[in-house]
Amino acid sequence: MFVINCPYCGERDQSEFSCGGEAHIVRPKQPTELSDDEWAEYLFMRKNIKGVQFERWNHAHGCRKWFNMVRDSSNDKIHAVYKMGEKPPAI
Amino acid sequence: MTKYRINKTKFVDQTKTVSFTFDGKKYHGFEGDTLASALLSNGIHLVGRSFKYHRPRGIMSCGSEEPNAICQINDNTDLTEPNVRVTEIELYEGLKASSQNCWPSLNFDIGGINNLISPFLPAGFYYKTFMWPKSFWKKIYEPLIRLSAGLGKSPTQPDPDIYDHKHEHCDVLVIGGGISGIMSAKIAAKNNLKTILIEDKNTLGGSTIYQNNKNFIIDNQKSNEWLMNEISELEKLDNLIIKTRTSLAAFHSYNYLLAKENISDHLPLNKKNGSIRQRLWKIRADKVIVAAGAIERPLIFNNNDRPGIILANSVKKYLDFYGVSSGLNNTIFTNNDSAYETAVSLFEKGISVKIIDIRKKSSSNIVKNAKNLGIEIYWNSTVVNTFGYKKIKSIEIMNLSEDGSNVTGNKNKIQCDCLSISGGWTPMVHMHTQSGGKLDFRERDQVFVPNEKSENHINVGSCNGDFELEEIVKNTNNKVKKFLNINESGFDKISVLCSKELEKKNIWLLPNTISEGKTKSFIDFQNDSTAKDIKLALREGFKSIEHVKRYTTTGMATDQGKLSNMHALGIIADTAGVKMGTLGTTTFRPPFTPLTFGAIVGRSVGKFFDVVRKTSIHEWHVQNKAKFENVGQWKRPWYYPINSENLHEAVQRESKAARDSAGILDASTLGKIDIQGTDASEFLNRVYTNAWSKLGIGKCRYGLMLNEDGMVYDDGVTTRLGENHYLMTTTTGGAANVLSKLEDYLQTEWPELDVYLTSVTDHYSTASICGPNSKKILKKLFPDKDFSDEAFPHMSYQDAIIDKIECRIMRISFTGELSYEINIESKYGKSLWENCIKAGEEYKITPYGTETMHLLRAEKGFIIVGQDTDGTMTPIDLQMDWIVSKKKYDFIGKRSLYRSDTIREDRKQLVGLLTDDPNEILEEGAQIVSELDKKPIEMIGHVTSSYFSPNLNKSIALAVVKGGKKMKGQKLFVPMENKNINVTVSDFIFLDKENKRINA
Repeated sequence: MFVINCPYCGERDQSEFSCGGEAHIVRPKQPTELSDDEWAEYLFMRKNIKGVQFERWNHAHGCRKWFNMVRDSSNDKIHAVYKMGEKPPAI
Repeated sequence: MTKYRINKTKFVDQTKTVSFTFDGKKYHGFEGDTLASALLSNGIHLVGRSFKYHRPRGIMSCGSEEPNAICQINDNTDLTEPNVRVTEIELYEGLKASSQNCWPSLNFDIGGINNLISPFLPAGFYYKTFMWPKSFWKKIYEPLIRLSAGLGKSPTQPDPDIYDHKHEHCDVLVIGGGISGIMSAKIAAKNNLKTILIEDKNTLGGSTIYQNNKNFIIDNQKSNEWLMNEISELEKLDNLIIKTRTSLAAFHSYNYLLAKENISDHLPLNKKNGSIRQRLWKIRADKVIVAAGAIERPLIFNNNDRPGIILANSVKKYLDFYGVSSGLNNTIFTNNDSAYETAVSLFEKGISVKIIDIRKKSSSNIVKNAKNLGIEIYWNSTVVNTFGYKKIKSIEIMNLSEDGSNVTGNKNKIQCDCLSISGGWTPMVHMHTQSGGKLDFRERDQVFVPNEKSENHINVGSCNGDFELEEIVKNTNNKVKKFLNINESGFDKISVLCSKELEKKNIWLLPNTISEGKTKSFIDFQNDSTAKDIKLALREGFKSIEHVKRYTTTGMATDQGKLSNMHALGIIADTAGVKMGTLGTTTFRPPFTPLTFGAIVGRSVGKFFDVVRKTSIHEWHVQNKAKFENVGQWKRPWYYPINSENLHEAVQRESKAARDSAGILDASTLGKIDIQGTDASEFLNRVYTNAWSKLGIGKCRYGLMLNEDGMVYDDGVTTRLGENHYLMTTTTGGAANVLSKLEDYLQTEWPELDVYLTSVTDHYSTASICGPNSKKILKKLFPDKDFSDEAFPHMSYQDAIIDKIECRIMRISFTGELSYEINIESKYGKSLWENCIKAGEEYKITPYGTETMHLLRAEKGFIIVGQDTDGTMTPIDLQMDWIVSKKKYDFIGKRSLYRSDTIREDRKQLVGLLTDDPNEILEEGAQIVSELDKKPIEMIGHVTSSYFSPNLNKSIALAVVKGGKKMKGQKLFVPMENKNINVTVSDFIFLDKENKRINA
């Protein structure tokens, strides 16, 4: 049960948030021009690494805003929280 | 006073007698006793039978580590609780305790035969036996195993107690109220930090509070007296919350901790009434100081489990804290100095005591003290056997060989009625590891100690591996100051004198003259696993500690191996020839001690278990005897039985009425999302499969929403209220998910779109009126409105006013009938509904529930997302190609519709099924096959919806079948338990394919 520093609301309990998986996977602008393999890469392939990873989170029971978070999945240490559209910090 | 209550202490009030029963017999103890100390004061050691061999077992410890002495309390009442440690129950007037796992009685237990056949019950015997004959399993083996499984009895009645949850925040949380915890709390609280100190016992002070020995001196006072003063000073601090009877259950990451406070468990039965029983504290602490202490280890030798064999420090606590002697002729068996404190204490109270020490000598002050008192000490010796079935009577000891691996010389028999054992100490590192901390193995005294890396918690005192008083006091002071960034504390100039242990020796499994296979050297007392079992597991090839644990069940009982895990590790390491440090430990998982279900769920029971959502018309449904169905959290009318109608009869009547005259449905639960913004049309284009830009204001359109993988996700009708304003409806169950999915796309993929989404599900109530007479009823309700098909066509909406209240009328249909849905602000929902019923009276308007709604739409072949689809159906599979725009460049899921997998022609596709016997109704979920003779029989699909249609007077069903699109007219089979039902694939629109009724 970690504490997440929502970029809009401040520190809140993890129970207010939901995780949306790996961040920075951009929906292709022209999906129809992609091969099956390229589309599958976007649609299905996720890293889920043990260690520092970039994730999407939603303050579901709060402001309902989506944002990005850098979390170490091995010890839940949160390295950074930043708004959608902002550049990922160097970790 | 009883024979065994030999001492007066300030912790037990011997002027206040408390009576209780054990196995039906009445006994007396005093206020301040635990059930364990009260039983011992009455000379009772035997309190239970072991799990597997049904061996007699007695009280072994004085705390939460107790493996043997667990009992059922208040049996045959709704307050009953199994597997309660007698060492943790505070005695109260009227307490009823009974022994477990024995039949017919504790003293004569038939299951004791297991002890004799124990050679046939080795580790993992249940994996090896009961294999044949196969037919025996269900009738003989399983019932027998179930009969003998488990210890106590689960309650059969609902728990009458009230449980609470409480959230708390603090600067510093101190876990454990022993000497180091008290010092930590005082340093923190004196420096203006909001501090909480929790202690699982009813008093503070740990083991120091009864350390009345001149070898342990702080600031020129005996350590217990010094600590007593500290505690009284502590109680004066106002930014310190002291919570006794509160045990830590879990230490999660980010210093989130759960602690259980016992509030009324210790009160007499007549005073418990109505009070909260336990409270679960959910604490978020800035800093955590763990001062959880250490647990004394047993020693592993043959027949080390008899009643009367007790941990040495527990013997001391019973004596010096409760005033109870565990025996009158005591022998101590130890590998370390701490047991000598027990010896001195016993001797000073006039109890005869001898010491057996596996070491060759010890030169510490406390040992000198014991020698000077004239206590007989057998050096370099070990116990090889014990005698006495229900209570220890004597022991046999032998000398150890030079390297300690064997025994030599003659057996020496010693009579005793209590054997106090001490195998050293194990720091309680559970909290540290639960929080994610790692451990280091310390060779010197064979303990795992915390490897501290966290900035937010530290371990102090003996849970940190500091065992000597001076070490504890000095290290705690220095460590806490550094941790809390404090320069000075009141403990900086403290002087400590204590006995120091110089000689150390540890043998995990003590040697014997007879082979291991013939000894019973218990490691896990509660689960009855022995050293022999562990060695067998190793011989059979188990290497990982986690595997050995599960195979032998060592450490898997309700005590979670607090006493057994270290010895299991030690024996594995010795046998396999590896170092304990490299072997590692098994995982320590919360809770530290068992939690009641009540404490976990708190107040979330009964009607507070989950939110119940009711529409504003709910009361009317109740008054009209509706049966309800749960749809998500909503209560929806399922059907409205008249007189003694059953579901089928009511649904047949309702369905007929809706098509013959008029029916009315409460559709308020459908999800409603208000969509506004200049890009609202573009947004709908992207989320629905069909095109939206050209939808005129005031028009409605059905939309299908896919996931990015091309599978149908939700559906509903969306109405264009204005140029940049839409009202989307979703399925009842999908409302919240659809909103969050749409928000996700808006915020993350398409932030450039000017669109705002608001959930308005609860804002509007909806009465849906359908049937050939619905137009006439609407006309009565809204006399000024023109309901002609030209003025108010199908799939359009108009604003209207009823009783001066604005409402919206949508002419849309989920039944295939002429149909209107009236949306009104929720608070007027019931009055609108009642107006509709009144206006519809002359047309016998019939309220119908979800079941009839499902039947009516199935007649028309309309799908229900989640019933006819399951997340693997594309719109093409559903034969809804018409709704997928070919012109739109993109929408969610479009690209996936021509992946190699989604264009397969043998995918499961939606079809209609007609049974050859029109009265035969298929079961939803039933499997469909094409050939009955083929083995293995191939399932080609399943029934998704099935009803008897009163309007068609035959059974109809929707199903998904592999390649079903091309199978129209084909005969298939639905095999059931007793018969095969013959069906024919049909069109899935059964009624009014030409859509005539919509404009009837």
